[in-house]
Amino acid sequence: MAQTDERQEQPVSRRKFLKNSGLVLGGLVVGGVAGSLLKTKAPPAPQAAPAAPDFNQALMYFTPEQFRVVEAATERIFPEDEHGPGAKTLGAAYFIDHQLAGDWGFNSREYMQGPFYPGEATQGYQGRLKRREIFDIGIQEMNNYSTAKHQKRFYELEPNQQDGVLKAFESDEVKLTTISASGFFKMLRASTLEGVYADPLYGGNKNMDGWRMKNYPGNQMAYTQVIEQDKFVKMDPVSLRDHQHG
Amino acid sequence: MAKKLPKVDVVIVGVGWGGGIIAQELTKQGLTVVGLERGKERKTEDYFMVHDELRYALRYELMQDLSKETITFRSNTRIRALPMRQYGSFLIGTGLGGAGVHWNGQTFRFLPYDFQIRSKTIERYGEKKIPDNMTIQDWGITYDEMEPYYDRFEKLTGISGEENPLGGKRSSPYPTPPMKQTPAMKMFADAATKLKLHPYMMPSANLSQQYTNEDGVSRAACQYCGYCERFGCEYGAKADPVVTVIPVAKKSGKFEIRTHSHVRRILHTGNKATGVLYTDVTTGEEIEQPADIVVLTSYVFNNARLLLLSKLGRPYDPATGKGVIGKNYAYQVIRGGATGFFEEKEFNLYAGAGSLGMTLDDYNGDNFDHSDLKFIHGASISFSQTGQRPVANNPVPKGTPNWGKDFKAASIKYFNRALGVGAQGSSMPFRQHFLDLDPTYRDAFGDPLIRITFDFEEQDRQLAAFTADKCGEILKEMGATQIDVRRELGPYDITPYQSTHNTGGVIMGASPDISAVNNYLQMWDVENLFVIGASAFPHNSGYNPTDTVGALAYRAAEGIAKYAKGSGGLLV
Repeated sequence: MAQTDERQEQPVSRRKFLKNSGLVLGGLVVGGVAGSLLKTKAPPAPQAAPAAPDFNQALMYFTPEQFRVVEAATERIFPEDEHGPGAKTLGAAYFIDHQLAGDWGFNSREYMQGPFYPGEATQGYQGRLKRREIFDIGIQEMNNYSTAKHQKRFYELEPNQQDGVLKAFESDEVKLTTISASGFFKMLRASTLEGVYADPLYGGNKNMDGWRMKNYPGNQMAYTQVIEQDKFVKMDPVSLRDHQHG
Repeated sequence: MAKKLPKVDVVIVGVGWGGGIIAQELTKQGLTVVGLERGKERKTEDYFMVHDELRYALRYELMQDLSKETITFRSNTRIRALPMRQYGSFLIGTGLGGAGVHWNGQTFRFLPYDFQIRSKTIERYGEKKIPDNMTIQDWGITYDEMEPYYDRFEKLTGISGEENPLGGKRSSPYPTPPMKQTPAMKMFADAATKLKLHPYMMPSANLSQQYTNEDGVSRAACQYCGYCERFGCEYGAKADPVVTVIPVAKKSGKFEIRTHSHVRRILHTGNKATGVLYTDVTTGEEIEQPADIVVLTSYVFNNARLLLLSKLGRPYDPATGKGVIGKNYAYQVIRGGATGFFEEKEFNLYAGAGSLGMTLDDYNGDNFDHSDLKFIHGASISFSQTGQRPVANNPVPKGTPNWGKDFKAASIKYFNRALGVGAQGSSMPFRQHFLDLDPTYRDAFGDPLIRITFDFEEQDRQLAAFTADKCGEILKEMGATQIDVRRELGPYDITPYQSTHNTGGVIMGASPDISAVNNYLQMWDVENLFVIGASAFPHNSGYNPTDTVGALAYRAAEGIAKYAKGSGGLLV
């Protein structure tokens, strides 16, 4: 089962899907999404236009200094290589910035009432700090550690020195009083991967290139034609934007 | 002073699978039913943008807002319970359809052994096989008595499947044929057959073909889009209460749903429930809804919590083993599995469905000899192709760094080249595992949170190591080039996701000494109060719980109808 470059499968258009799936409209249950699709206009013909600036690439939370640290760190976690772009080109740091500006940064759907006690590791996070506060402290500490060790800020270090700093945080070799260094690293790593692979609507995974590297086809409507195939089926990815405007 | 509304026949607390089935069945009997749902309304149209891993899978769009209410957890009574501040081990649904919206649709029947676990274990191995603290008990109902209700739930939802060669007898085949078989599923089946095991297609609530049930609900076939667990289905192909029972109940004209209605107490006089007290969370108004019959149909935790908050039933005391509310909390042993890496093969793993897979039960229940094993029961072993999404799935062979260049290369390479064979292990109840009210932490209304006291036991560690090895053997036969076997269970940790199959707390049984409800899920102590859900399971089997929850809801609906028409009293 060798990988094939052949594009076996066109994304199934929603119109075609409706035609083929035998979805019954009527009766008690009307496929709501499908129902609304019937009214969708045909997509406009593609036209050559100059690339619009990416208005999403501006800061909602970080200071420029914080952004530089985070951008450099994400690139070490997910570096550019022969497979394709790294976290920096994919916009992972913008993704993290935007996430910290909203619900996630404020832990707004999480239980943040006291009293606060240190617990067992098996009881999960028990701190009083919100994610945006943890990032503030963690970024500052990365610069502090870099300066103490190499007399430079994190983003000014050589890549292998940056890796050393990240490893020191990952292993709790860096001792911090307010936050857990490894806990911060874990969050940084997880949010980097989110920034690389989440739908581009959130500001990362630019041009869906994160998905392309992984041969992930994004937000397709259906895989009924693929599911039984023995060969690997490669498709150009589709995003939620395509779903909205397609 | 709470506003008092006119009395209705039946009030149900929580409109998910349990509440939906009760509403559908009781309105057919001419009863008027009010459904109180703390969350918001939901419909299929809501899922237009559902293929969003970040929003739904990683930010828990469909789950309960933990800032308002959570649970607390400790591994034993010697340490302080602390709140589950963020999601991890399990997910708690909310809103119309409840957890029935974000499930995968894996719809297994429990084994005949499950319902008579204590007597059958003693019969085959003697009483000594059961450790002192293990509080397994028979369910007060047999598989044969359950069978017609399983059949009804499977026909309601149109389950796609084929007969389990090692399962209980079926009165009729599954309503729709099995789902499509992927190459990886075929490899699993071939390997298992060579090992003389008995694989079968996983019974699926994601339909293999269009299906119309006897209530006239028509649903489309699954498109294998790979977005089931933690997502709602944009096609209505996955059975959920919003596209099955709820519209039927509403069409009767006898079912009123009130969303944003958070029930806080069950009202009672003497040994009868008189209704419920709830808060309209949009206005803060307190409202009393009187009813002849009260039915609790919320998730496991809130079923037990509402009884404890309302001072109904006898709270369980782990020191004496007496009392029943909160007793026999159980979970699932899910971590004893294996991952196989295939250098030469690349699979279309982005495609899938929540209950697309193959399973075998050779090591489940008492289908194998436990004489020389230090555990009872077992696990179903499955390969599932649920649709791999890119943020959460970065499989790398053991020894690969967790980040950086080598991690990137390996996680990209193996994204479509790694297959997991997993064991869904049963969870036996122990005297020291229970639910009660937390003395410190409160919800947004100031009511105590429910507290879980639970840890894995030697039984679970033995089981996980055993099933991990079996999963590894299957992957070896499948031709994996590297196999990582996870034998170590460790202590129960609330942070990594494991399973949303929490059970117990309001368990059923043959007598009031050992159970809270009878086999119609009627409370022994409060005859017009019925408590429906996996809260009724005296232990958890090596399967997903929903088929059994659905079957028990049908059974309870029958009992409630009988109770409403009769002259009262206990049904058993």
